[in-house]
Amino acid sequence: MSKPVIATATLAGCFGCHMSLLDIDEKILDLIELVEFNKSPIDDIKNFTKKCDIGLIEGGCCNSENVHVLKDFRKNCNILISFGECAIMGGLPAYRNPIPIKECLEEAYLNGPSVKGHNESGIIPNDEEIPMMLDKVYPCHEIVKIDYFLPGCPPSAELIWNALTALITGNEMELSYEIIKFD
Amino acid sequence: MADIINFTIDGKECVAEKGISILQATQENDIYIPTLCNYEGVKPKGSCRICTIRTNGQFATACTTPVADGMEIENNTEEINDLRKSIIELLFVEGNHFCPACEMSGDCELQALAYRFQMMVPRFTFQFPKRDIDAGNPKILMDCNRCIRCKRCIRAIKDEKGRSVFAFYRRGENIKVHIDPELGSKLTDELAEKSVTICPVGAILPREKGFRIPIGQRKFDHEPIGSEYKH
Ligand code: SF4
Ligand code: SF4
Ligand code: FES
Repeated sequence: MSKPVIATATLAGCFGCHMSLLDIDEKILDLIELVEFNKSPIDDIKNFTKKCDIGLIEGGCCNSENVHVLKDFRKNCNILISFGECAIMGGLPAYRNPIPIKECLEEAYLNGPSVKGHNESGIIPNDEEIPMMLDKVYPCHEIVKIDYFLPGCPPSAELIWNALTALITGNEMELSYEIIKFD
Repeated sequence: MADIINFTIDGKECVAEKGISILQATQENDIYIPTLCNYEGVKPKGSCRICTIRTNGQFATACTTPVADGMEIENNTEEINDLRKSIIELLFVEGNHFCPACEMSGDCELQALAYRFQMMVPRFTFQFPKRDIDAGNPKILMDCNRCIRCKRCIRAIKDEKGRSVFAFYRRGENIKVHIDPELGSKLTDELAEKSVTICPVGAILPREKGFRIPIGQRKFDHEPIGSEYKH
């Protein structure tokens, strides 16, 4: 039997969830035995080269690029997992959500203490090369269907490991009380 | 001697004193019913509905319904627990609860209920409402992003004349808890501390102190909320 294939992505996240994945320490060697990695910042494969079994998504969607990547993952992964608070509920980037996007951009580029008086032409970057900001940060499951959720900021290495091994081996996952934490 | 009545909860035979609430009666029988707006010693309000049980085919709140002789109560069933879980999920989506940045994380009753009921993600759409932070008081800070409008502060925090320090302001979805400017400015240290404790979530915070309890020693780090009850 060929090894299950995993892909991962960071959208509007801080890379902490990926760091937590690496935190499984020497078990990473077991993981490499068990699975093959495809598109992921871990191996720097930029585009899907085959259909994957499991996709891990860190971060929510704050711009058009995030939405594009997420949809690409949904298309190419049989099972899609939101891992971490940002993917699940927007997280820190979603602090801007109650504030209209126009106000956010004006604060960041025109009125904020570090820019006021330094942006004389009053430009808010809008080059078409730059991904378009969304009106708010969206949790991934509000954009595409997500099959599983691993909470935590970041989810503990143990939780990620248990979830991956349960999925790969087809065994039911044990959810001890202490393993599920939102912080 | 007080009248003793018999009732069952999930088929288990129990006895209680007449006149007390279903919640008190079950607690005395070492059975857990989740609560959120209820606080021991404060008159029950029945507003959060997390303590919903079913008796005589009807849903009722255990904290406000008196126990009666012959009552058959359904409590720990899949259907009722899912209903409770949906209430927790609603509370998460209708406020702004980013737990990793919240000082009450680990000690918060809403979060602890989410853990107990294994909420991985709310089934409802996140609302991301615009809510205020009120930093006008010298002793406490109010973060309305996390307020669940349980009224525990309003009902429990009174000055020496019995006047409420907190009050609801506006109505409907715009409702918010407000500190009375005058009574608030005279808030004693004890009352300030009591307001922080009475709030089940991280909406009332002490000023100039933060993250007082290290991770690992917080109330709900190791044991689910309600672990003090056997069943
Ligand atoms: S109040 Fe509770 S649920 Fe809300 S952010 Fe703080 S810890 Fe999380
Ligand atoms: S501030 Fe706290 S105690 Fe008061 S209503 Fe809001 S959640 Fe309840
Ligand atoms: S605890 Fe009974 S309704 Fe809130």
